[in-house]
Amino acid sequence: MLRRIGRTGDRLFVYLAGLVALSTLVLVWLLVALMISDSLESIEEFGFGFLTGREWEDQRNVFGALPFIFGTLLTSAIAVAIGVPVSIGIAIYLSELAPAWIREPLSFVIELLAAIPSVIYGLWAMGTLRPILVNSVEPWLVKWLGWTPFFEGTPQGLDKLAAGLILAIMIIPTVASVSKEALRAVPDSQREAALSLGATRYETTRMAVITYARSGIFGACILGLGRAFGETMAVTMTIGNSNTISWSLIDPGQTMASLIANRWGEAEGLQRASLIEIGVILFAIALVVNIFARLMVGRVMKSVPTTGGGL
Amino acid sequence: MRSYRLRRRMDIAASLLAVGCVLVALTPLVSILWEVIRNGAPMLSWEFLTNRTTSGIGNAILGSLQIVMYAAVIGLPVGMLTGIYISEFGNNKIGSTVRFFNDVMANFPSIVVGLLVYAMVVVYLDVNYSIIVASIALSIIMIPIVASTTEESLKMVPNSLREGALALGVPRWKTVLKVVLSNGRSGVITGALLAVARAAGETAPLILTTMFSYFWAASPTEPSAALPTLIYNYAMGYSSLAVDDAMSQAWGAALVLIMLVLSLNISVRLLSMRRFKKKHKEARKWRTRLSLKG
Repeated sequence: MLRRIGRTGDRLFVYLAGLVALSTLVLVWLLVALMISDSLESIEEFGFGFLTGREWEDQRNVFGALPFIFGTLLTSAIAVAIGVPVSIGIAIYLSELAPAWIREPLSFVIELLAAIPSVIYGLWAMGTLRPILVNSVEPWLVKWLGWTPFFEGTPQGLDKLAAGLILAIMIIPTVASVSKEALRAVPDSQREAALSLGATRYETTRMAVITYARSGIFGACILGLGRAFGETMAVTMTIGNSNTISWSLIDPGQTMASLIANRWGEAEGLQRASLIEIGVILFAIALVVNIFARLMVGRVMKSVPTTGGGL
Repeated sequence: MRSYRLRRRMDIAASLLAVGCVLVALTPLVSILWEVIRNGAPMLSWEFLTNRTTSGIGNAILGSLQIVMYAAVIGLPVGMLTGIYISEFGNNKIGSTVRFFNDVMANFPSIVVGLLVYAMVVVYLDVNYSIIVASIALSIIMIPIVASTTEESLKMVPNSLREGALALGVPRWKTVLKVVLSNGRSGVITGALLAVARAAGETAPLILTTMFSYFWAASPTEPSAALPTLIYNYAMGYSSLAVDDAMSQAWGAALVLIMLVLSLNISVRLLSMRRFKKKHKEARKWRTRLSLKG
């Protein structure tokens, strides 16, 4: 009798927990289907031309996503170009060089960067970073690199460079902590072998450690890239919100995420459907990037840290 | 072969470069904290914290608390049950599928989560922009975080405890709830607090699901201001305030928000550090006792 109650309880509990676990999965994919059906109006209107359309005119009801795909790729490229080397430097310091007592507190402080809400990054960029960019960094860039297409125009401080810099700061905690775990997972025999052959610490790290951990580090970079793609608020507040395609980093621009945040309040009808279609594209990119990163990182870490996601 | 002196110098240069990277990352952190305190602290007063917009941020604080509370009520139990399932019964195809997509979901752009919830709740269920819609969006963001931290902390519970309980004839569900969960409790609480902190700072989903309001929300089915949306609207100049006033109020709200988020994060860290130390102490105690006994 007692045994039977125990068994039914067991079965009930397993089913309940399994049902809840599966239901969130099913619910999210149901929501994705609903989101796609909400964007049907725009998909039917523009077809594949949506991806190559250069205009976003609510007066004439013509919408195209190209400037925003371009803006997302360009700002994320800046973020990765600046953020990844810094993050790898941090990871190397934390895993190879730092004295033991400083490792824990320092990695906690670096991870605090991920805890700061993205809207506060935006506020800081508008209030503190912008004057620095306008007064010293951008005039200098224009003076010395103004002949390249990347630094044409007048410094404004709210542009793709500002957005890229903020994104670079925001991806540091993700990339640094995952890379650090990848370096930590390298067996000590690798280091000992290199050191015993007379290599310096730098040579050991470069040849024996980083080579061993490179797939984990690569996965970390992809995770950071995914975070940069989806980041919304800080970018909306710093990129200057202009729907044009320009290679110049000191011109304003727009990313997919910032367009949705920027236009949502006023958009109706076809424009809203088009915004949702932008969301669908963003979702598809994020899905591919995250699955890829998960497969890369999965070799060294059991679970991906949940610090990303573009607050 | 390069000379030893050159290689030695390369080594020192590389170490300095790595330290430089750490400093580069710490500069914005210190600067953000300093600016938020410097600009926000003069704003703090009882009136500022309790009046409604635009003379204070009282309704935004209340709105944020309500949104996060409802999100926690929905998200925490679901996330914990998911984590329990993956950890205790997840050694099969369903378990690994759930785990995989959970990890993928944890890194979704939050604005997409806002769109997903809008697509269901506002379009199909015809509910207006409101506190409860925002809570649903935030709960979807919390679930994967809670699930993965729950899973990790339950995995740390030694198997001997499970076996011991089962050998005494305790049914499996009771073993999980009474033995496993209570042993992994502090890790589960840590994950829950982190998820709450993360949800409190989210802005993008709120823009799509609750908009903004200058009034006190009478019920969860009304739109409301929240701290992150207030900061965004004021900083971008979408308010009736003068630019300077709006900026300084945004800084004040940012100080309140950052205190909330960082205090949650830091208390979590202190909690887990104390747990770690306690375990060490106990282990040492046992070692000395055993050695005394010889």
